[in-house]
Amino acid sequence: MTAPVLFDLPGPRARARIRIGTIVGALLILALIAFVLIRLKGNDQLDPQRWSVLFDPASGVPQALGKALVATLKVAALGMVLATALGMLLAVGRLSDRRWISVPITTVIEFFRAIPLLVVIFTLYFVLPGFGVRLSAYTALTGGLVLYNMAVLAEIFRAGILSVDRGQREAAFGLGLRKSQVMTLILLPQAVRRMLPVLVAQLVVLLKDSSLGFIIGYFELLRQARSLVEFFTPRFGNQYTFQLYVAAALIYIIINVAISQLARYVERRTNRSRKVGTVAAVPMPDEGMAAVTPGPSV
Amino acid sequence: MQFFIDNFPLLRSAFLTTLSLSLLAGLLALVLGTVLAALRVSPVPPLRGLATFYVETFRNTPLTVVFFFLIFGLPQIDFAVGFFTGSVIAVGLYTAAFVAEAVRSGINAVPPGQAEASRALGLSFGQSLREVVLPQAFRTVVPPLGNVWIAMVKNTSIAAGFAVTELTASLQRLSNANAGELVLVLLAVVLGYMLITVPSAFAVSRLERRVAILR
Repeated sequence: MTAPVLFDLPGPRARARIRIGTIVGALLILALIAFVLIRLKGNDQLDPQRWSVLFDPASGVPQALGKALVATLKVAALGMVLATALGMLLAVGRLSDRRWISVPITTVIEFFRAIPLLVVIFTLYFVLPGFGVRLSAYTALTGGLVLYNMAVLAEIFRAGILSVDRGQREAAFGLGLRKSQVMTLILLPQAVRRMLPVLVAQLVVLLKDSSLGFIIGYFELLRQARSLVEFFTPRFGNQYTFQLYVAAALIYIIINVAISQLARYVERRTNRSRKVGTVAAVPMPDEGMAAVTPGPSV
Repeated sequence: MQFFIDNFPLLRSAFLTTLSLSLLAGLLALVLGTVLAALRVSPVPPLRGLATFYVETFRNTPLTVVFFFLIFGLPQIDFAVGFFTGSVIAVGLYTAAFVAEAVRSGINAVPPGQAEASRALGLSFGQSLREVVLPQAFRTVVPPLGNVWIAMVKNTSIAAGFAVTELTASLQRLSNANAGELVLVLLAVVLGYMLITVPSAFAVSRLERRVAILR
């Protein structure tokens, strides 16, 4: 159902009302922004000198934030690659005909989907040392992201594989392909194309979740911002705190919007070819537990 | 067993913190998310733009950053909130964006004939949304909303990083204090989350069957 069904196109009077409403609303929002700015100004947060530190190479801030961005992307990229590969394997394993493969894999998937990512990371970082396995913050963060997201991605892939038309599978078997061939040549490629929007949405989630490194002290963007704050505070007081956090948040938003736009572009391209239908993506907070929704199976 | 008895008070209060955090944030997210979804299909373009902006911003910001702004940013405009309140608002505002998307997908799933018929009967935009479209939309989005809820319960774990002693924070505290019984600590915390998520998943599937629309 498209929105315009719900209302008539506004006539001249309604348009005038809308215009007045828009102006009033815009004024209210401007007033709110002004209020925030005045308060910030009152606390001297808008001093240009405070913001210039973000761009001044002599302060070391741009370099530090750049390095932190690289650290964030490093974790996210490795996590994305490993989680996607493992997720695909797990999905295929869960669909296996052999129970001794599918049952343990189902257990693994359900286990990691059921517990919060932060608990996985904490376990790797705080609990494993008790057993004599000491992981760096980098390994623990990447490991947590991979373990958690591989389970979520596995469900996405599984939903995709199950949503491929049955005829495809039957025809492939009819042509004499083996089970592994049917999966790798026929089902997976179609499933991946079909699930691309949900897949990318989940990868954005993975990138966002790398900010959890903050809590275990991995030097990603947020932690770096924090440590810069801690570095500056004894020297200049609380001067740069707000600015540094705003900068970190903006960097995240820019990267994620870029990835989301990329996903939208890919989705449009996929939709253009009539051969595959995409399943409407319902984005989920954090987990792409979306997988549960689009698949006809679950 | 001794471990559970010894640490029962801490575990119980941690569990209740997680539960109340989830319920309050869930309520906030549901109300705000529905309003946002209604705004996104409204006749007034600026309202649509505003809601789209909200949803896109919050969907692309890490929850940790939202926490940061509420807990360390708000004092800069002279509005300090406590850690717990801040956490509720952060999780609620963040989840509202996802609720809005789910509800909107439900609105889109209502057959156009329904809206056309209600318009033909002379209902206004607000009336047709309230009386005809949203009730049907909510029925179709029970499963995705359930997923949003479960995901949100797990997201409340981030409050552990902001001085709220909920389950994940108790994991950290207990594993420092009970180095010998780490498996039990982990088990207790995971059970705490499952005590919320498993019944929720069950209730959602019951509810889904009860309210399903046969078409």
